[in-house]
Amino acid sequence: MFFVALPIVLKAADQTFYLSFASRVLITALAATSLNLVLGYGGMVSFGHAAFVGTGAYVASIALAEGIPSAWIGWPAAVLASGLAALLIGAISLRTRGVYFIMITLAFAQMVYYLVNSMKAYGGDEGLTLPSRASLGLGPDLGDELTFYYVVLAILSLALFSFHRLIHSRFGRALVAIRENEARAEALGFPTLRYKLVAFALAGAAGGLAGALLASHGKYVNPNILHWTQSGTLLIMVILGGVGRLWGGVIGAAALLLLEHVMAEHRFAWLAALAPNYQQHASLGVGIVLLAVVLYAPQGIAGLFSKKTHA
Amino acid sequence: MLFFEQALNGLQFGLMLFLLAAGLTLVFGIMDMINLAHGSLYMLGAFLAAALVKATGSFVLGVLLSIPATAALGMALEVTLLRTLYARDHLSQVLATFALILILNEGVRIIWGTDAPLPMPAALSGPVELLPGMPYPAYRLLIIAVGAAVALALWLIVAKTRVGMQVRAGASNREMALALGIDVPRLFTFVFGAGAALCAVAGAMLAPLLAVQVGMGESILILAFVVIVIGGIGSIRGALVGSILVGMVDTLGRTFLPQLFGMVLPPQFASAAGPSIASVMIYLVMAVILFFRPQGLFPARA
Amino acid sequence: MLEVRNLRKRFGGIAASDGVSLQVKQGEVHALIGPNGAGKTTLIAQLSGSIASDAGEILFLGQDVTRQKQYTRVKAGLVRSYQITSIFQRFTVLDNLALAVQARSGSSLSFWRPVAAERALFEQARAVAAEVGLAGKEDALAATLAHGEQRALELGLALATRPKLLLLDEPTAGMGPEESQRMIELVDRLRIRVTVLLVEHDMDAVFRLADRISVLVNGRVLATGAPEEIRANAEVRRAYLGDAQSLEAVA
Repeated sequence: MFFVALPIVLKAADQTFYLSFASRVLITALAATSLNLVLGYGGMVSFGHAAFVGTGAYVASIALAEGIPSAWIGWPAAVLASGLAALLIGAISLRTRGVYFIMITLAFAQMVYYLVNSMKAYGGDEGLTLPSRASLGLGPDLGDELTFYYVVLAILSLALFSFHRLIHSRFGRALVAIRENEARAEALGFPTLRYKLVAFALAGAAGGLAGALLASHGKYVNPNILHWTQSGTLLIMVILGGVGRLWGGVIGAAALLLLEHVMAEHRFAWLAALAPNYQQHASLGVGIVLLAVVLYAPQGIAGLFSKKTHA
Repeated sequence: MLFFEQALNGLQFGLMLFLLAAGLTLVFGIMDMINLAHGSLYMLGAFLAAALVKATGSFVLGVLLSIPATAALGMALEVTLLRTLYARDHLSQVLATFALILILNEGVRIIWGTDAPLPMPAALSGPVELLPGMPYPAYRLLIIAVGAAVALALWLIVAKTRVGMQVRAGASNREMALALGIDVPRLFTFVFGAGAALCAVAGAMLAPLLAVQVGMGESILILAFVVIVIGGIGSIRGALVGSILVGMVDTLGRTFLPQLFGMVLPPQFASAAGPSIASVMIYLVMAVILFFRPQGLFPARA
Repeated sequence: MLEVRNLRKRFGGIAASDGVSLQVKQGEVHALIGPNGAGKTTLIAQLSGSIASDAGEILFLGQDVTRQKQYTRVKAGLVRSYQITSIFQRFTVLDNLALAVQARSGSSLSFWRPVAAERALFEQARAVAAEVGLAGKEDALAATLAHGEQRALELGLALATRPKLLLLDEPTAGMGPEESQRMIELVDRLRIRVTVLLVEHDMDAVFRLADRISVLVNGRVLATGAPEEIRANAEVRRAYLGDAQSLEAVA
């Protein structure tokens, strides 16, 4: 309910920037949640998720750049493309496990990054500026921040609800079983590779949707969205928020983006006293916080509030 | 002529890549730990070399001193931080070493700034005539020589010495190595230190050719991953074959693929497709190899 | 029902299975015994599909399943249980068994309907829990069970898939005398419905349950026959050496 009320307040106070920021948080939450499906529930440490978010972003952008403004075409196309990419990459990567799998997903993501970087027709390494946001065609103007926010909220809510249903469905149970004890899961008769691949593809498709929304949001896309450090950032969000918990992606995305924003915009006097230009070395702080979380609070924020040991 | 020159460049790049990949594949194979900060050790090696060369005024001395310095730092890192990660799951290792990259990158930036130049020694900056009418940069020849020498030394140590045998045992079956009484923690520290030393050699040697800057470790790290995936985890032989393969394919691909495409495809496709495919050539090779051999070409474990 | 021909598997320099040939007839309890390191668990793994064989053939119900994936064999009714308990520690007993029931009853590519709504699934899971003696413990987390209860769950998981041939790997492993008795009685009750290939060290269990016995030594079947024949077989006694006493004792 907070999410619904907040923007009205913000719009009333004419805080368009924060409204836009809120949209970005929600979109990032979608991306992080899609990773959580594969990572938290599937147990697959995919270090290349940015490839799918980026593929979605670029497909949606290309549609807009080529004069197809309809979101009804651009966004499903993005979802399809990223889902397909995930299917292909997953088909090869999932035959490996452990350390191999992590490295391979990373490598394939870089491959997509380099591929996109070399596409001079769509901006290459300078990126692509878009003429406008996608259009829903029926009336609501996505160019308006408030409208865009509500559309994103609606999509995220639908996604989270679907995620909730999926976790409790047959597929969700089978997936968690595979995560917990893959050998026994197969010995019970589950086609483990097939199910992991389906989860991987679904997560990729959802990530692609987030990418498409992101492209419309900023009306700009550039290859950095595909860089492996972005995959790392998504992983950080999921572990920060709580791996394998429904709200993990949302909490993590919100927490990290808010933290970044606060660190950049506000000058903490006590930190400045220690190191005058601390804001330039923000990533040092992020690194230390991340290390601390990994070592001492691996269940993330959601884990601090719930003592669930159940699967 | 161009082909031969590029082939040598590929060999040179491949050998340097081998130095990184060798240390990394042992860490993966023996400790079963994924270490993203390995590239940072390479960066540290380069920065330390630049600083030491500046301080001592001698290229050779600076480079030589950077090696034990980096090894020491690597071992310190292992004993304090990385040891706690061995027992943890892979996700934790990924995130912790990712955090380490952020910390080390910023740390280096705070100490030395974003770049540190390391100029090529004047004596080696000219070309050498390999065959009549075929010049090749002397410095690159030095890199090939150093790379080959280190590869040989590494092979001798791993194949012929006692500690090498322990390393091989650990890579192929860690529990068995423990059961046989091998001092595993000390072995780990040693392997890590050796890996750091190799990184320093590569970092210092490549510094005059590439730029010494914060973040230089990450791009080469991913190539090292590709090498290990192709070669097989835990296998030095695999790392060597993989790195030469990757070095050659990448260098020759970038040079000749666009031309090849230009001969076969109509010009508007060739100019777009050529460079694109060239930049991802190694990943395609990796994908093909993985399709047939998901464990890589020479996996150390059964 | 099951025919194994010349099955082989090497691990590096060691031939764990060195030309194993045996047959399991429908409806029988066929025991597989042998000294430690004979290759019994490897054979079970090969038969179930956990590991791939280097050479030889496995025919189940007339079909060549040698190259088939494990989950395909399970669907056909060839199921194994594990000597070292392999259950889903963080699931409850009921959820453990429900998983097995879910696996055999249709596709799990269902993304919307909650499993909790499938009452038939859970009823069948409860039935299996009762059968293996875990009635009343359904809501306990598998990790909190005692060793004997975990072995019962282990067997329950295999049973819940409704196997035709059950590859039972040392069901009494690590159990005390009372628990072992209960397990033996349980297996005895099963024999009407399920054909069993039983790997066991507990000679008491073997001679009480087995219709026929095969002796595996060094990756090869030394002898197959009725319990009396095996007991009297000189080669078998030699292979067991120290265990010759225990063979006598059970006579």
